[in-house]
Amino acid sequence: MRRATLILVPYLWLLALFLVPFLIVLKISLSDTALAIPPYTPTLDFSTGWQGFKDFWAELDLENFEFLTTDDLYWKAYLSSLKIAIIATLFTLLVGYPIAYGMANAPDHWRPTLMMLVILPFWTSFLIRVYSWMGILSNEGYLNQFLLGTGLISEPLTILNTNTAVYIGIVYTYLPFMILPIYSALERLDASLLEAAEDLGCSRLTAFWLVTVPLSKNGIIAGCFLVFIPTLGEFVIPSLLGGSKTLMIGKVLWEEFFNNRDWPVASAVAVILLLILIIPIILFQRNEQKQREIDG
Amino acid sequence: MGQTVFEPWNDPDAKPLIQFKNVTKRFGDFVAIDNQSFDIYEQEFFALLGPSGCGKTTMMRMLAGFETPTEGTILLGGQDIAPIPPNKRAVNMMFQSYALFPHLSIWENIAFGLKRDSMPKDQIDARVAEMLKLTRLEQFAKRKPHQCSGGQRQRVALARSLAKAPKLLLLDEPLGALDAKLRQDTQFELMDIQEKTGTTFVIVTHDQEEAMTVASRVAVMDHGKIIQADTPARIYEMPSSVYVADFIGDVTIISGTATPSGDGYDIAFAEGQPDLRAKSDIQLSKGQSCHLAIRPEKVSITAEKPSDAANALQGKILDIAYLGNLSTYHVELSTGQVVKSQTANTRRLSRRSFTWEDEVWLSWTDTAGVLLKE
Repeated sequence: MRRATLILVPYLWLLALFLVPFLIVLKISLSDTALAIPPYTPTLDFSTGWQGFKDFWAELDLENFEFLTTDDLYWKAYLSSLKIAIIATLFTLLVGYPIAYGMANAPDHWRPTLMMLVILPFWTSFLIRVYSWMGILSNEGYLNQFLLGTGLISEPLTILNTNTAVYIGIVYTYLPFMILPIYSALERLDASLLEAAEDLGCSRLTAFWLVTVPLSKNGIIAGCFLVFIPTLGEFVIPSLLGGSKTLMIGKVLWEEFFNNRDWPVASAVAVILLLILIIPIILFQRNEQKQREIDG
Repeated sequence: MGQTVFEPWNDPDAKPLIQFKNVTKRFGDFVAIDNQSFDIYEQEFFALLGPSGCGKTTMMRMLAGFETPTEGTILLGGQDIAPIPPNKRAVNMMFQSYALFPHLSIWENIAFGLKRDSMPKDQIDARVAEMLKLTRLEQFAKRKPHQCSGGQRQRVALARSLAKAPKLLLLDEPLGALDAKLRQDTQFELMDIQEKTGTTFVIVTHDQEEAMTVASRVAVMDHGKIIQADTPARIYEMPSSVYVADFIGDVTIISGTATPSGDGYDIAFAEGQPDLRAKSDIQLSKGQSCHLAIRPEKVSITAEKPSDAANALQGKILDIAYLGNLSTYHVELSTGQVVKSQTANTRRLSRRSFTWEDEVWLSWTDTAGVLLKE
């Protein structure tokens, strides 16, 4: 009984905050736009009873999903999001791994401080931090002023409103999500394993590739998913730092919803985004599961 | 008849495999190894024995190449090994934690070192098979370390460190993680493997019984110094200092002042007690303080005063430690000093001759004890 109650809590949470909203979105995605409040039809009218429900059901269709396939904007946006998410995840890994490695090899008394420094940016609003990148990256921004000042460049670099700025923003924002799981994997690594590898004839570098990297694999996978999943639907960073050419599905969704007020199409975009995300989420879960089995 | 005795350390022509020459190792202000010189010979099973923090692990890590001496040189086969990094040394180590690679199978663990030497594949296969056979692990080759028992993991670690046929194998507390029974079996297995492969083994341990069982020579260490390095029997029977006598096995130390007489000394140790008699080669002047170390099993316990014993003391049984096959009696003299005596329990317990508070006589011969200066 007690156990059932304990399990019930997260399930109720999921039901109320995920499944119900999802069903509402799904329902809207099957509706048609209308000049009304809310801006779609049909709406369920309980006063007409069973007949009303049947009429309501008859009006739902897959029209919006068909529409998504007719306009190549949508699948291009999905693909472009996928590409940006994958590249950004790789960059985050490239930046995050050395940081995590350095933290794990730092003297014990330094580690809490370093950990604190990694988490510290979360204390400031995400929006403010992304905005401040605009100040750094713009043509008159700090970066260009610095580079011009040192004489490295004679013309200001155009970074803001390009994909480069989006990558910088994503790497910066999601870096802690990459560092923390890798750090936790590296910290658990037994130093005598590296000594054993060296003792058996490895150089430091081969020992790193043959022992450290495989043993931090689960941290790497976890970090990549934690960055990739939110990046795929990212909206704030591409809208603030990206330009008109930056095509990301999160931005498309926003425009459908607020600029076009086409809730049904926006909902269809969201439903498909969710379906795309379910694949990596399931893979992530399986990775975690496997790790737990090994740790026993 | 019989085999030639293996004791290269007594042969002046024997060339040592390893030579420590005035080796000192400091960590900051802490002196881990204090100006030590000693030799280890080929095919020896050399044990470094001492309490934790005595420097035995540092000694081993210097041989493996994970530490370099602050002063002095270490020679391996006549060559200074200080500039050779660990991955280039013909020395392998079996780690205390075993340090098996958790992501690799047993087979891959054993093959790990061979692959680094870019050995041809069929030779690797053959060598790994040989190692698996030697350590009786054939049917576990495909398992991962976490699917193996402690004893199996220990054997994998041994197989992996032996696979490259090192000149010298270092074993860091190799049996520390095993339970007592398995440990005993494994000790004999280790000796067997050492004999079969002819590799020189250096073992680090804090377990004196283990060191005595496996080693051809035992070096007793304390505070960064080797106090005595000798065969297990000589370490036990002829300790060179009170520290060694006390560290190895059970012992009673009686301190007193010596008076030379004949081929030995009379030792006065307490008011109202007879002088003790001990034969010894050591040089002591009259009235010099000394210590007599007596092993409990060399002390007889009787109800009546024995007539012909060189040493006889009367006392009261304070405690009896029953060990099954043996019993150790703690006998308190009238001066408060406790002397231990050990007897084999050849009779059933119910027919034991002595019990607590019994007045008894302890006796031993004049050669039973070892007379020590310090």
